[in-house]
Amino acid sequence: MRFLLDDEQRDFARSLDAMLGAADTVTATRAWGEGDHGPGRAVWARLADAGVFALPVPRAYEGLGPLPVETAVAFVELGRHAVPGPAVETVAAEALLARLAELGEPEPAKRFLPSLASGAACATLTLPEGGPYALDAEEAGLVFAVADGELRLAPGHARVRRSLDPARRLAAPLPGGELLATGPAVAAAARHATDWAALATAAQALGVGLALLDRTVAYVKQRRQFGTPIGSFQAVKHRLADVLIRLEFARPLVLGAALTMAPGDIAAAKVTAAEAAYGASRAALQLHGAIGYTAEFDLSLWLTKARALRGAWGDPGVWRGRALAGWG
Amino acid sequence: MDLDFTAEEGEFRQRARDWLAAHVPAAPLPSLETEEGFAAHREWERELAADRWSVVSWPEEYGGRGVDTVKWLVFEEEYYTAGAPGRVSQNGISLLAPTLFDFGTAAQRARVLPSMATGEVIWAQAWSEPESGSDLASLRSTARRTDGGWLLSGQKTWSSRAAFADRAFGLFRSEPCDTGAGAAGKPHRGLTYLMFPLDADGVTVRPIGRLDGKPAFAELFLDDVFVPDEDVIGEPGQGWRIAMAATGDERGLTLRSPGRFLAAADRLARRWRARGDPADTALRDRVADAVIGARAYELFTWACASRSAAGETLGAESSLNKVFWSEYDIALHETALDLLGAEGELADGTAAGQDWMERYVFSLAGPIYAGTNEIQRDIIAERLLGLPKGRR
Repeated sequence: MRFLLDDEQRDFARSLDAMLGAADTVTATRAWGEGDHGPGRAVWARLADAGVFALPVPRAYEGLGPLPVETAVAFVELGRHAVPGPAVETVAAEALLARLAELGEPEPAKRFLPSLASGAACATLTLPEGGPYALDAEEAGLVFAVADGELRLAPGHARVRRSLDPARRLAAPLPGGELLATGPAVAAAARHATDWAALATAAQALGVGLALLDRTVAYVKQRRQFGTPIGSFQAVKHRLADVLIRLEFARPLVLGAALTMAPGDIAAAKVTAAEAAYGASRAALQLHGAIGYTAEFDLSLWLTKARALRGAWGDPGVWRGRALAGWG
Repeated sequence: MDLDFTAEEGEFRQRARDWLAAHVPAAPLPSLETEEGFAAHREWERELAADRWSVVSWPEEYGGRGVDTVKWLVFEEEYYTAGAPGRVSQNGISLLAPTLFDFGTAAQRARVLPSMATGEVIWAQAWSEPESGSDLASLRSTARRTDGGWLLSGQKTWSSRAAFADRAFGLFRSEPCDTGAGAAGKPHRGLTYLMFPLDADGVTVRPIGRLDGKPAFAELFLDDVFVPDEDVIGEPGQGWRIAMAATGDERGLTLRSPGRFLAAADRLARRWRARGDPADTALRDRVADAVIGARAYELFTWACASRSAAGETLGAESSLNKVFWSEYDIALHETALDLLGAEGELADGTAAGQDWMERYVFSLAGPIYAGTNEIQRDIIAERLLGLPKGRR
């Protein structure tokens, strides 16, 4: 029993944190939302160099994994730094293709996994248990769609829809396209991919929540009213204490889910981390006051992402149902 | 990183499970907050101790098995899964014993711990006073020097299970406020940690009915109660530091093991599956939150135990723990009572949901004792988040 990240895993988190901290992800995220993907692509290239997209991919397909714990560790940092792009979706697509290969359909894995693992390609997808929109379909080179027991490479996407989070650009894949696989293995692989999407989203949400808390703690220490920092007021302290409690109890669920990959654990992690992050966003907005309600203030990048991730890959009710079904 | 048990831990689990299967009473014992129930639970402590299951983490010389935190948590999980009775010695085991291990003398440990392990002596805490709750350091009960010991005077209150317990431990002011350090805004100084018998001359115990009327706690009136020097823990005047070390334990790992919540969440989930209305997704979500919370608490605890085993010191983090479990416990029991419907109102000792009601009433005290959750949130904000101190 040693339910703790090892030194290597902690070093990995620290190095990603340092790398992303120096990469001006705020500018990249804002540009991404305006359709300028260049700066975001540069961040992605660094993530690829760090091996992030190789983590879910088996060694047989030029990956490093599957390493769900390291993937979760990485996604906490992606969330903390508001990294734009279909990172969750790329990981989910990798899990989908890898599981299909395990179930006797290796061709799509051979064809796509090496380039996804190296970061040369990035993917987005829709799955039967997710919503109709694929994140960043206009920018992802590969748009996978699973429906009716078929995996297809979509021929394009419908009109891009705006998310509350400007960095999340949503579009439904167009029907048809190349048929990559069919049969019961597709449905099973899609469920597996949904679990990876939920795990990565949970980890990302945890990072978003931690960033919101850090920024808000810093703000209430320096913002003065009535001649004193507002962080000395008990109403403020208690609200932030509650945010920390929720995040610190979400963290072991996220790491535990990555360790066991049990559907009930993943569901518990998704609902808890997403709601903890959303709770953090509500507290962050309230405690910043009106400045927090502006798009111009950088806090907005995390505030809007927390709301989006709460519902991404299934709303809290869906995941609560799965958590209960997976119990015992 | 793993969540695996060693073969030896697995064998330990099996031994605990086998013993509990053979010994846990088939019918629940009467409420331990009643005289009859207290006696029955004391007898259960004796039975546990006879086979060294009452204090597994203590050294063998005091009646334990000397097991580490992982095995203790394994035991707790098996204990509550088996539906074993509540622990009437909880206050002594989780508060006084850790204090004696850290600050007591070998003679005190030899004198106090074996009879605590068997339930022969059951201990009550004596912290709060009528004017000193969250602001515990303002307490006024006094310990005055006398030949060979101290004379205790004053009033203590909310002393859990003192109505039926044998002895108590608590803090007393040994340096008077008007001359000692206490006067100059340093109320934490000049307090002494003492143990005393509840049947001593000068002690009057007045039971107090908790919310449901059961005499779960008591007021203690002390009038020149003699306590020999050997019953002072640590140095006179150092009581605050000593007591705070133990309240960290109380809030942290050792007061509420995850086994208790895992077992309760499991019972709730089973009842939901057997009796719940699948169309009632609002209630379903609350049942889901109960199982999610139990798992979160279990994993949080394994992380703490792993950090502790790796040599890290757990400090203010115990406040995260205390707020979480105390609020979780209430939510779980509210959900259970709601699921019981009309039966969930009954508190006459015969209803199907009687144990849920008993534990619900118990859970309501959680955010108040062991340092109120308001105090815990102050600690979290100031020590973990680094926010400035302010007026309480």
